[in-house]
Amino acid sequence: MRLELVPRGDVSPWARALAPVAAVVAAILIGGLVVALMGRSPLAAFQVYFVDTLSEDWGLQEMAVKATPLLIIAVGLSFCFRASLWNIGAEGQFIIGALVGGILPLYTAGTEAGAWVIPAAMVLGALGGLAYAMIPALLRVAFGVSEILTSLMLVYVADLTLDYLVRGPWKDPKGFNFPQTVNFDATLPYLAEGGRLHAGVLVGPALALLAWFVISRTLFGFGVRVAGEAPKAARFAGFSANRMVIAAFAISGAAAGLAGIVEVLGQIGQLKPGISSGYGFTAITVAFLGRLHPLGMIFGALVVALTVIGGESAQIALKLPLDLTRAFQGVLLMCVLAADALVSYRVRLVTVARA
Amino acid sequence: MDIWQAVLITVVTAATPLLIAALGELVVERAGVLNLGLEGMMAVGASCGFAAATLSGSSLVGVLAAIAAGAALSALFALLVLGLATNQVASGLALTIMGLGLSGLIGAGFVGSGREAIPPIRIPGLSDLPAVGRLVFGEDPFVYLSLALAGGILWFLSRSRAGLTLRSVGENHTSAHALGLPVIQVRLLAILFGGACAGLAGAYLSLVYTPFWSPGMTAGRGWIALALVVFASWKPLRVLFGAYLFGGATVLQLHAQAASLGFPSQVMSAFPYVATIVALVLMSLGRRKAAIAPGSLGTSFVPDR
Repeated sequence: MRLELVPRGDVSPWARALAPVAAVVAAILIGGLVVALMGRSPLAAFQVYFVDTLSEDWGLQEMAVKATPLLIIAVGLSFCFRASLWNIGAEGQFIIGALVGGILPLYTAGTEAGAWVIPAAMVLGALGGLAYAMIPALLRVAFGVSEILTSLMLVYVADLTLDYLVRGPWKDPKGFNFPQTVNFDATLPYLAEGGRLHAGVLVGPALALLAWFVISRTLFGFGVRVAGEAPKAARFAGFSANRMVIAAFAISGAAAGLAGIVEVLGQIGQLKPGISSGYGFTAITVAFLGRLHPLGMIFGALVVALTVIGGESAQIALKLPLDLTRAFQGVLLMCVLAADALVSYRVRLVTVARA
Repeated sequence: MDIWQAVLITVVTAATPLLIAALGELVVERAGVLNLGLEGMMAVGASCGFAAATLSGSSLVGVLAAIAAGAALSALFALLVLGLATNQVASGLALTIMGLGLSGLIGAGFVGSGREAIPPIRIPGLSDLPAVGRLVFGEDPFVYLSLALAGGILWFLSRSRAGLTLRSVGENHTSAHALGLPVIQVRLLAILFGGACAGLAGAYLSLVYTPFWSPGMTAGRGWIALALVVFASWKPLRVLFGAYLFGGATVLQLHAQAASLGFPSQVMSAFPYVATIVALVLMSLGRRKAAIAPGSLGTSFVPDR
C-alpha cells in the first residue's frame, strides 16, 4: 500500500489562494483534538483563542500590534524563500536590530535629544539586522557553507549578546539589578489616545505593498522568482546566483532588524532578555501561510498574531500552557505545506502493487 | 580516580547525545532526505523519555518511549515530504517548531521532579583499573550503544547491499527508481531510523546527562548534530570524531567558565555555536564544493510512473 501523487496540471488561482484557509481550519481541528485529549473543552478554548480577541476593541488593536513584527520579518523572509535560500536566523537578526537600533535611544535617554532619534534608530536597526545577515550570506558565497546552519547558530550568539549587554554594560543602574536597560524616552507615538496602536503598525502593510511592487513589477523581483523556480534558467539569463544570495539576505536581515527596533520603540520601550519571544521563527509560519505573497502574508500575520494573543489569554483564563500555541504554530505550518501539495497533486492510495 | 579520567568521562557524556542524533541524521541524509526537525524530535524524546521513566519507574520504559516518540514524529515528517512531496526544509522547520512546543506540553507536569541518572556499567576488576578503568569499562550503557551504532552504520553503508541501495537512492533518486529500487520505502525507513535515534539522544539528555527535565534543555544540540553531519562529510567515523571533538570543546568551555578567566559567561556559552560555524568554514576550505553531499539531498521525489 502506498501513496501516489498525480499532478493536477492547471490549478485555478482561487484554489491556491484558498489552500491556506483550509489549512487554518484543519490546524484548528487538530488543535481542538489536542485540547480535548488534555481533558479540556475544545469549544471553550476556541472561544478564548479566536472569538474573544476578535470581538473586542482591545483585542483587534493588540492583534495589529502583535502582527507587526511578524509581518515585517515575513515580508523580508519571503525574498529568501522565493529564491530557495533559507535564512532561518531572522530571530537573531531581529535581536541585533533591536540592539544596534537601541544604542541611540539608550544614550539619549534623559537628554534633550529631539524626535530625530526615532527615525535614526530605525535606520540603524535595519542596518544592524542587515549586517548580521551578511555573515551567513558571505560564508555561503565565499565558502559554500550552508546558510541554514550558520544563520541558525547565530541566533544563539545574538541571544547571548543581548543577555550580556543588559546584564552588563547597558544595565539600568537604578533598575534594582533587573537585567534591563533604562526606559527609552524616544518611543513611537500612539495613533490614538488611550489605544495600543503605535505608529509602527503602519510599517508592516507599507513594506508589504513595497514588496509586492518589487516582486511583481521589477527586474530584480523577476530575478528572485526565477532563481527559486528555475535556477538553471536564471543562470542562463545572466542573474548572478551569488548576488542573489547577498541581496535576499540583505533584504530579509534589514527587515528583521527593523522589526526588532520597531518592537522595542513601539511596544517595550527598553531592552531586556526575551524581547522577541520567538517572532523570528513564528514569522516563518507567517511567510508560508501567506504563500510568500506580500498581501497574503498580511492575512498570515493577523491569523498567527491571533493565536499568540489567544495563547496568552488561554494561559490566564483556562490555564492552558503557552507551549500549546507553539505546537499549534508548527501544526499550522505543516497543514499549510500539506494543503499546498494537495492543491498541486491528486493523492491516490494504491493498494495493489503494480506489476 | 585521577582528574584527567574524570574530565575525559565528561567529554564522553557531552559527546554521546550529539553522536547518536548525528548518526541517525547521517543515515537520513545519505538516503537523500534533509530532516531539520532533529531539534524538535530530540526535545520530544527528552520529555517523553523522562515522563515515561518517572511514571513507570523504569528507565528502560523511558528510553523505549523516547525512541517511539522520535520515530512517531519522524513518521509525520515522512508523510509530508514523501507522501505529499512538500519542501523538506520547511517541513523540517515545522517539525522543530511543533516538537519544541509539544515537548513543553508533555514535560510541563514534570518540571522540578528529579530521578536517579541511569548508572554506569560496572565490570568487577576492569572498571577499577587505574587511569583508564572508568573511562573504558565504566561508562553508561548508551556510550557503548552509540559506539556500536557508529560501527554498525559504517558497516551497513559501506559493506552491505541494503546500504548500497540506500546510498544510490540518496545519490540519484531518478536513476535508482529506474533501476527498480523502492526509493520511497528506503527513504521512509531511513527517516524512521533517524527519528528513533533523535528520540534516543533526547532520552540521554533527560535520563543520563542531567537527570531531570527542563524546558529548552536540548539547547540547540539538534542543530549542532545537523552541523556535525556536514562537518563529517557524511561519513560515520568522522561523525564519531567530530562528536568527541565537540564534546571536548563543550567541556573545555564549562571548565573555563568555572575557572572564570575574566570573560563574561555569555562569551563562553556562545563558544559551541561559534565553534560550529568555524568548523563548517574550515571543512569547506578543504574540499571541492558539492562533491561530497549526497546528490539528491533535499530534493523531493515524485516518480513519473
